[in-house]
Amino acid sequence: MPTLLDVKGLKAGYGPTHVLHGLDFQVEEGGVTALLGANGAGKTTTLRAICGMVRTEGEISFRGDRLHGRATEDIVRRGIAHVPDGRGTFMELTVEENFKLGAYVRNDNQVQADFDRMCAWFPRLKQRWKQQAGTLSGGEQQMLAIARALLLRPKLLLLDEPSFGLAPLIVQEIFGIMRRIRDESGVGILLVEQNANLALELADLAYLLETGTIVMSGRAAEIRQDEAIRRSYLGY
Amino acid sequence: MDGLAHQIVAGIATGGIYASVALAIVMIYQATHHVNFAQGEMATLSCFIAWSMVQAGLPYWVAFFGTIVVSFAIGVVVERILIRPVANAPVLTMVGVFIGLLLIVGNATGWIFGYTTKVFPSPFTSDGPLLGGLVSAHELGSTVVTLTVLTLVWAFFRFTKLGLAMRAAAYNPRSSRLVGIRVGWMLALGWGLAAAIGAVAGMMVAPVVFLDPTMMLGILLYAFAGALLGGIDNPMGAVLGGFAVGVLENLAGAYVVGTELKLTVALAIIIGVLVVRPSGLFGRVVFSRV
Repeated sequence: MPTLLDVKGLKAGYGPTHVLHGLDFQVEEGGVTALLGANGAGKTTTLRAICGMVRTEGEISFRGDRLHGRATEDIVRRGIAHVPDGRGTFMELTVEENFKLGAYVRNDNQVQADFDRMCAWFPRLKQRWKQQAGTLSGGEQQMLAIARALLLRPKLLLLDEPSFGLAPLIVQEIFGIMRRIRDESGVGILLVEQNANLALELADLAYLLETGTIVMSGRAAEIRQDEAIRRSYLGY
Repeated sequence: MDGLAHQIVAGIATGGIYASVALAIVMIYQATHHVNFAQGEMATLSCFIAWSMVQAGLPYWVAFFGTIVVSFAIGVVVERILIRPVANAPVLTMVGVFIGLLLIVGNATGWIFGYTTKVFPSPFTSDGPLLGGLVSAHELGSTVVTLTVLTLVWAFFRFTKLGLAMRAAAYNPRSSRLVGIRVGWMLALGWGLAAAIGAVAGMMVAPVVFLDPTMMLGILLYAFAGALLGGIDNPMGAVLGGFAVGVLENLAGAYVVGTELKLTVALAIIIGVLVVRPSGLFGRVVFSRV
């Protein structure tokens, strides 16, 4: 499969502190790449670096286009949607307004059709259409964040711990949606997740991060089979 | 009784001015969490620009709309050049910049146009008293103008894509960038819009208070009292607060403290609101489940 996102020697940090020490990884077109690792490994920083939200060094190429040094809004406009930690929904605005903002940069006439599609995928958002996003439950807010990101019609979706703080049943639902995105939309996904079991089930490629370095990488299916890796790195 | 009715109507007319300036203050506050102390001086400068256009022989309404456009541009330029570089600076730096802006704009206006008080034309004249002497032509006309402006601004933020993007950028700049909104430009547009609204308010009040470089000083205080009373983070509340302060100030001036102490009313409202209800009457409360 052709490469959608190709990252080489990615370094990033906050102020004088270096968090990433040269990462190499890929996302394939329409494929799912999982970034696994414990708290503080640098997973969230990796996503921020791709979106130009932190100071970075290294080569980030997206569909042959260099992203390094560009402003966040320009990177987004190239087709990268980011669901950040803390979800990045507009709490003060209604579900409807969040949808409209998701499609803000689009000028095509498919927007309404996509609204309907997202409402079909997330029927609960339809019920809350005129409600302030801040009043939604955690799971609903996560769904809104994913819907908002997909409304950009991205080529690549960055997801930061979509299961964080959610009840197991809701997590199942969210992962069901992600499977659907993978199978039906052809959007590439870079998934950051602590729940290694679920992430490996969904992913094609997987990378394991430890304190800003990749210590293990390969096909997700193979990593799942490897008992030793699972026990020593993934803890299940 | 007629006297009381007239005081209330006159209060609504000046209240429209305060409401407009209060809205301009709130718009900047929502985006930056700072009060633009120079909002009044910028409006005064706009009035002098309008005055110059009228002096140069332009018809009133050409000067009126021309001034709105020029004021909008000034607002954008001020944000780009002065405010943007200190956007992430500590509070005191921002306060310093705003006070500097107040002094520079105020004194530059005096330097260019002089400190002598000038007569500013009103486009609203009538041959006799209206509604049995209840309201003057200018009071009626300026109320219609301010209400029109407030309605247009509300509709812009409520119904247009750009208005929604500007609200989003003010609430949550980080998320706004992630949907592709150019946040920096949204803030600059907000400054332009605030300056344009201030310009309209200035041009409506100038025929009443006469034009001089310190014209808007008291008005900014009343407007600030209105914004606080309604809730400094709620545009609709600030507008209602502006009207309320206009009426209160007029009634207190006529029946309670006398015209010389009218400004005290504004200060009393500011202190009263901050002590009793800091979020104002309609302060926005965000519900959020954790």
